[in-house]
Amino acid sequence: MSYLPHTQADREHMLEVVGVPSVEDLFASIPPALRLGRDLCLPEALTEHDLLEHLGQMASRNQEATRSSFLGAGAYQHFVPTLVETVTSRSEFLTAYTPYQAEASQGTLQAIFEFQTMICRLTGMDVANASVYDGGTAATDAVLMALAQTRRPKVLVSRGVHPHTRGILATYLAAGGGVVEEIPLRDGRTEIPQVGSDVAAVVIQVPNFLGQVEDGPALCQAARQAGALAIVAVNDPVSLAVLEAPGAYGADLVCGEAQPVGLPLSFGGPYVGFLAARKDLLRRMPGRLVGLTADGQGRRGFCLTLQAREQHIRREKASSNICSNQGLCALAVTVHLALLGPEGLRRAALGSMSSAAYAAGRLAQVPGFSLVFSGPGFHEFVLRCPVPPEQLLQGLAERGILGGYALGRDYPELADSLLVCCTELNRRQDVEGLALELEALVQASVEVTP
Amino acid sequence: MKTFEPTLFEKSRPGRQGTMPPETDCPAVQPEELLPAGMLRKAPPALPELSELDVLRHFTRLSQLNFSVDTHFYPLGSCTMKYNPRVNEKAATLPGFAAIHPLQPESTVQGALALMSSLQDCLAEITGMDAITLQPSAGAHGEITALFMISRYFRDKGEKRTRVLVPDSSHGTNPASAALAGFEVVTIPSNAEGGVDLEALRANLDANVACLMLTNPSTLGLFETGIEEIASLVHEAGGLLYYDGANMNALMGLVRPGDMGFDLVHLNLHKTFSTPHGGGGPGSGPVGARGELVHYLPGPRVVQDGQTFRTEVPGHSIGRVRTFWGNFLVLVRAYAYIRTHGSQGLQDVSRAAVLAANYMRVRLQGHFDLPYQGTCMHEFVLSARNLKTARGVRATDVAKRLLDFGFHSPTIYFPLIVEEALMIEPTETESLETMDAFIEAMRTLAEEDPQTLHDAPQTRPVGRLDETQAARKPVLAWPE
Ligand SMILES: Cc1ncc(COP(=O)(O)O)c(C=O)c1O
Repeated sequence: MSYLPHTQADREHMLEVVGVPSVEDLFASIPPALRLGRDLCLPEALTEHDLLEHLGQMASRNQEATRSSFLGAGAYQHFVPTLVETVTSRSEFLTAYTPYQAEASQGTLQAIFEFQTMICRLTGMDVANASVYDGGTAATDAVLMALAQTRRPKVLVSRGVHPHTRGILATYLAAGGGVVEEIPLRDGRTEIPQVGSDVAAVVIQVPNFLGQVEDGPALCQAARQAGALAIVAVNDPVSLAVLEAPGAYGADLVCGEAQPVGLPLSFGGPYVGFLAARKDLLRRMPGRLVGLTADGQGRRGFCLTLQAREQHIRREKASSNICSNQGLCALAVTVHLALLGPEGLRRAALGSMSSAAYAAGRLAQVPGFSLVFSGPGFHEFVLRCPVPPEQLLQGLAERGILGGYALGRDYPELADSLLVCCTELNRRQDVEGLALELEALVQASVEVTP
Repeated sequence: MKTFEPTLFEKSRPGRQGTMPPETDCPAVQPEELLPAGMLRKAPPALPELSELDVLRHFTRLSQLNFSVDTHFYPLGSCTMKYNPRVNEKAATLPGFAAIHPLQPESTVQGALALMSSLQDCLAEITGMDAITLQPSAGAHGEITALFMISRYFRDKGEKRTRVLVPDSSHGTNPASAALAGFEVVTIPSNAEGGVDLEALRANLDANVACLMLTNPSTLGLFETGIEEIASLVHEAGGLLYYDGANMNALMGLVRPGDMGFDLVHLNLHKTFSTPHGGGGPGSGPVGARGELVHYLPGPRVVQDGQTFRTEVPGHSIGRVRTFWGNFLVLVRAYAYIRTHGSQGLQDVSRAAVLAANYMRVRLQGHFDLPYQGTCMHEFVLSARNLKTARGVRATDVAKRLLDFGFHSPTIYFPLIVEEALMIEPTETESLETMDAFIEAMRTLAEEDPQTLHDAPQTRPVGRLDETQAARKPVLAWPE
């Protein structure tokens, strides 16, 4: 199979115009010793039909997340309306490049402007960019902005921030300088830290990785009192329907992952990171920004702006190295939020909270299980288990249930606990199924271990 | 066609509603009962309120304001705007790929891990590398990943190498990535033929140099003929050679970066491997490494263990560069593309891309300056300086006038070493008729009266926009 349109006659014509006898002559500048001179060892080519069959087989070896999934931990299964894909699969959005030529890209540009606006309104911030790679790199970008802005060397990062995000931050700061210090948790919530004059930023996540709602105002105040920036990460923007906008309680930068509002789970990507800031941090923002302007006749239009921050102009002095971002994913989010509106988003948030509250109560009644934390939560909670959580998850998976996330890998102090998530998609019957299977699995394990 | 579309916020009417999420049958709780007062949202986020048809019409109209590969020839140099096969889109929507959670037990995602493992093998073979990570989300992300690896590698060897060399023709992400990874950037001039100036390279190679980042074919679309000597010079100085694979579309199955002496590579799956660019992304920028460097790749990576697949963090891994596994559904599309082509198919792609570019180069050269003569690879760079000197017509004018002729513009003002640059990459999927029509348009506009070019575009929803105003008084969100 190939997608080449050139006929034999076309090729001959082109060769004649170029003035070489064969295509091979066009590669004459390559030292012969470097030429591969053999076929690549790749699997044989497939026709479209056989390709779909092959991929269908591969896909069928994966167990889809359904209503019986209670796995969150940074990737959330919410309802996504059909129209999202209808729009994002439109050729004119799907197969366009970055909107460098504004007059031929008004559709993409206006959609990004609308995305930026929605992110500002959700987070309560002044400015937002056109997206970054994911929630983890968004938090890293926010920290890099804070280091540059304050010229201080240290960042305090809550242990309640997603472990992957903390991992990315460690990777980036190890090479570029900057010291990360962890703020411990008490009862699952971030302790109010002592913030020294060498601290550039305090980073928290709301709700945090353990599902607990942090005391945002107190943590932001602790940062700002010491002249550090307060960075709030948001793992599920649905929560912002009921939780206060971080901008309203003192955040200087808000970053996060927008997958839960419009994108399927997709085994982790492509997702879309967002980054929003106070106005005075605008010139330190990474990535594309779309602004409103007008043409010579006064007609309204949109264009990429403040490009003097970017790598293609500033090279090694740029505010970031990002070039391609997650444009189409940002479009999906924009369509999704336009369809839900404030009322739909609130419905999703209340549904998620209701399911989670019900599940927490029900699962804590299963003999041997208990809730680890008692603080306020949104749609995730930590459940202590009488048998190793990994073992339970394996058993549940065999029964078609994704029971949650075993915390031991990232939190050794919670090695006996599961992180359980509910959204508006989980019903009582699903929770009941999980409760019964957990009980049965514990029973079975008691029977085999005398 | 309607050319003005109000924003969602202007179209919004209080009380209008699009789609509603399903309702759970769990007993309803109220946020006030569960959340502390200080964390309760006081006013709902001011999202727009529209009906489903409003939303569909809005975005359909917006889409019609765009140029795209599916509607227009899009010869944007360095971006490889080839046809994006729809079977790959279909593959990416299979529920077995789209509806799996990244943290499921590995036993429940063996198909996904098998696909990633196989893609890693394919890309290692295509690049001549020993191992691949699929984590990076784009080319620039791949660059910084590799630079982190280089930094860690020399630290472990007890060598303090602080500088990264980049040619003056390199893409902006190269120096930006190097600086972000903590290196000092040194720019190496190009020689008269557009290649790396070997004298300048020698003069800058010492025990402080960590690596040379090179794009080959270069951003001028020229194969770096001195590559063997460059590789040995860099290696003799104890440095590493990094391959920016944005231009791999010229070389698939013909020459491999590993065989040219490169130690690390990134690829742009959203260019060479046909995954759609989505108006800015998502992309995917896998990184390949050779020898000892493979132990520094980000983790976790997928490894095969007999019949099963699992994930593993390499021994000296730099750690994570993003959450989860990478842009998985982009990987699915690239895998589908490679499986559609096989070895012969990929070679045919590169040959056709190079033939098409040379055809266009030859037919355009008398009409525009061609600063670097001779056979090109998959793209070439013209200069509008002849038009500028003679008639005050600039590369921007050419770009905007092309829109009136129904063509997307080439990449302009890049690479920086070419004055009034017009970088043209037809790709292998454009027909002779399309290329001829574009050539005709270029020849026509080169003769047009300068005012027509300055006034272009006339046929788009908006004319040239006031970018100075946009930057001076930035309006980046619709006011509430
Ligand atoms: C030569 C070159 N290098 C690197 C990049 C960066 O790739 P990405 O946009 O995927 O980050 C590009 C793409 O614009 C490029 O053309």
